[in-house]
Amino acid sequence: MNAPLPLAWSWALDGWIVAAGVLCAVASALLGNFLVLRRMSLLGDAISHAVLPGLAAAFFLTGQRSSLPMFVGAVAVGLATAFLTEWVHRYGEVDEGASLGVVFTSLFAIGLVMIVQAADHVDLDPGCVLYGAIELTPLDTWEVLGRPIPRVVVVLAAVVLVNLLYVTLFFKELKITAFDPGLATTSGFRAGWMHYSLMTLVAVTAVASFESVGNILVVAMFVTPPATARLLTDRLSTMVWLGAAIAAAAAALGHLSAVAVPAWFGLRSTTTAGMMAVSVGLFFTLALFFAPHQGVVPKAWRRLRLSLRILGEDVLGVLFRADEQTVAASSISLPAGQLRARLHCGRLPLRLVLWELYRRGLVYRDLEGVRLTAKGAGQARELVRSHRLWEHYLVERAGLAADRIHLQAERFEHVTDRAMRDQLDQETSLTETDPHGQAIPAEPDDA
Amino acid sequence: MNAAVAIAVGSLFGWADVLLLRDYNTRVVVLGATLLGMGAGVVGSFTLLRKRALIGDALSHATLPGIATAFLVGSALWGDGKSLPLLLAGGAVSGVMGVGAILLIRRYTRLSEDAALGIVLSVFFGAGVALLGIVQQMPTGHAAGLESFIYGKTAAMLSRDAWLIAGVAAVCVAASLALFKELSLLCFDPGFAASRGYSVGWLDTVLMAMVVITTIVGLQAVGLILMIALLVIPPAAARFWTEDLRTMTRIAAILGGASAFVGATLSATYPKLPSGATIVLTAATAFLLSALFGSKRGVVLRWFRRQAFLRGVAMDHLLRSVYETLEQQRAEQADADGASIARLMALRSWTPAELRRVVHRAERRELVRRDSQGAIRLTARGAVEAERLTRQHRLWEMYLITHAEVAPARVDRGADAIEHVLDPETIRHLESLLDEAAILVPPASPHVIEPGALGEASS
Repeated sequence: MNAPLPLAWSWALDGWIVAAGVLCAVASALLGNFLVLRRMSLLGDAISHAVLPGLAAAFFLTGQRSSLPMFVGAVAVGLATAFLTEWVHRYGEVDEGASLGVVFTSLFAIGLVMIVQAADHVDLDPGCVLYGAIELTPLDTWEVLGRPIPRVVVVLAAVVLVNLLYVTLFFKELKITAFDPGLATTSGFRAGWMHYSLMTLVAVTAVASFESVGNILVVAMFVTPPATARLLTDRLSTMVWLGAAIAAAAAALGHLSAVAVPAWFGLRSTTTAGMMAVSVGLFFTLALFFAPHQGVVPKAWRRLRLSLRILGEDVLGVLFRADEQTVAASSISLPAGQLRARLHCGRLPLRLVLWELYRRGLVYRDLEGVRLTAKGAGQARELVRSHRLWEHYLVERAGLAADRIHLQAERFEHVTDRAMRDQLDQETSLTETDPHGQAIPAEPDDA
Repeated sequence: MNAAVAIAVGSLFGWADVLLLRDYNTRVVVLGATLLGMGAGVVGSFTLLRKRALIGDALSHATLPGIATAFLVGSALWGDGKSLPLLLAGGAVSGVMGVGAILLIRRYTRLSEDAALGIVLSVFFGAGVALLGIVQQMPTGHAAGLESFIYGKTAAMLSRDAWLIAGVAAVCVAASLALFKELSLLCFDPGFAASRGYSVGWLDTVLMAMVVITTIVGLQAVGLILMIALLVIPPAAARFWTEDLRTMTRIAAILGGASAFVGATLSATYPKLPSGATIVLTAATAFLLSALFGSKRGVVLRWFRRQAFLRGVAMDHLLRSVYETLEQQRAEQADADGASIARLMALRSWTPAELRRVVHRAERRELVRRDSQGAIRLTARGAVEAERLTRQHRLWEMYLITHAEVAPARVDRGADAIEHVLDPETIRHLESLLDEAAILVPPASPHVIEPGALGEASS
């Protein structure tokens, strides 16, 4: 890793690091979907802090730093975290987040005290436990099928396999318990069993991952890829595989950028786990802004389009009403300034809207201003008819006072089509005028 | 009062030294920690009720990239990055960005609060760890000093840190007092607060700002995990003692301050107790005691209340069952004075032991007595009570049939659940509604009383 610049990359080392990162990310993201849906996103964070006493206890009991007892101890305390949180929440009636906070900080403190008490004859660094070192992955290998494979990769591959099997086999049960535990129970699923089996796997995944790649990566991968996928889709099955794909991509990108980005500034590579978390954060940010349906930018764009359409229809309405008030046979022109004053809109939106109306052949522009074409007059007639029919309906059928109906009708007119106008006409008494005494225009084709 | 017990325990172990503040260093540490505990208790009460208890968790993780960046900038500009104000400012900036990101995610997506916290926490902390990886390569030296932001160095607290904490705690308490009404509205009913013309966004920002400054000053003094604990545990413990927000903030401040005081004292007295962890464990003990014995929502108290309620319900069931059995026996022209245990057993899903216990209790209260055949007879007082209960039950059934349009076959269960909590006023209302005021005896049951018709509803 200390190789000279520009880019130090060796498949023998970096390949395994990426593999470990991807496996950890996928294992966490698979389960994370259900944590996010059950509003337990912070459980991964809590467990990875709370296991400290489990590690310490296993160490005291066996007196050695072999992985199996420590693994068992950590998983046991991880499970205890989930159980205790549930109990404090249920029996103490404490808010879920708060009960999680109480439990994991207390367990972490117990672990710290245990470690410090034994500090003389123990070399257990909480920093090492919590941050892991994914960079050291390739150094500790096992012989598998005659080839040296990093231990971490073997372990994490097994975890991925188990999680994948669990999610595939119990997909229906997980889905129903995530969305409606009550329904799950009434349909004969063991909601409690699903809950605790999920908690067990979360604890196993968290412990297996953070002892090798650091807790920051597990916590990030439990929450962020599923949340990103949630922004991109409404289907749970899509969310599951999309989350896993995002997690894998983020892990690969993370290691690449950990090596490459500092090199741009003439520095050596930085913490891979940290950069993996940053990469998945980057994906989330992209989804937050640009997701097709839920993204901030597409939403703002759709809202802008809608408000411009409504402004365009309002322009037609204003022009039509101006025509009504003149005795002249042809339509009259209104200057843009007057339109702005009547519609309370800005210069730029009006210009955009007028350009669009002109393009669609609904208005003319002449020296004095803007006036309706025959086609524009037809559309405006429909709009004004909708407005006045609604006013008539609101007074007659909904019993509203005549001075309070205008704003309602102003909203409804933009979403009223021919069929609804006919129905409004049928459901109200026959009349020539709306409650304000203005004539209700006929449909353009009847006129 | 738990704190008082804990202090008493602490006093056994040479706390005279600490109390008299003989040692300058201990004095600073204990006072600083106590003030921090009080300030965090006050601020935490509001975040707990706003259902953002873990905001401190996300926030304290989110300060790391700011601290690392400040160190890098400081090193680049002045050659020394370890200037405390600069690091704190950096941490505050990225903490505020983290809070902003949480609010942004909440505002513009349908992700829940916990997901927003988890994302911000992990991504910001990841960025911080990545930046620390860079910091460690700086020629100006390693980032040893920055480690203390994560684990804290309570024992090495300087008087300047204590003063800073005192200032921040004072600001937070003053702001909470000044904005008490607004903040409590925000916690309990943000919609109502908005309708009264308060800006919810602005109030949230004030609250978050208090969390940010408390966390920032606390972080380097006591470390990340302890800071989270101080924001969460004392308010959660205080909640068991009161239903009143003002009292709750006071208790939380006292519990937080006392836990920090006791924890820091213990840690100063004993050699191998890390102060941060000891403070958390003291607070956790206070939480456990509060959860068990709290005078408003304590588990023990609620258990006793529930038992008393269940006993009352069982008694109601017994009296009504006896009454209905006698009623049936009268209709069958049979012996109309005693209800046999066998018939009562068939009427509801109670176990023989349950029935025996409730009969025994009723006998003690002289509502029923056993005759020579072992059948159960109502005493004069018991008869009045049984008649009242049956009447209540049937009035409610008739209400369900006539006004809520529930099928007669299904009303028994609904009435069974609610009859125990009907108050006299509701009964009077039902009477006037059903025009039954003239009838003083219970009206006839609107459905056939079948044995065993009430399964689980009796529980």
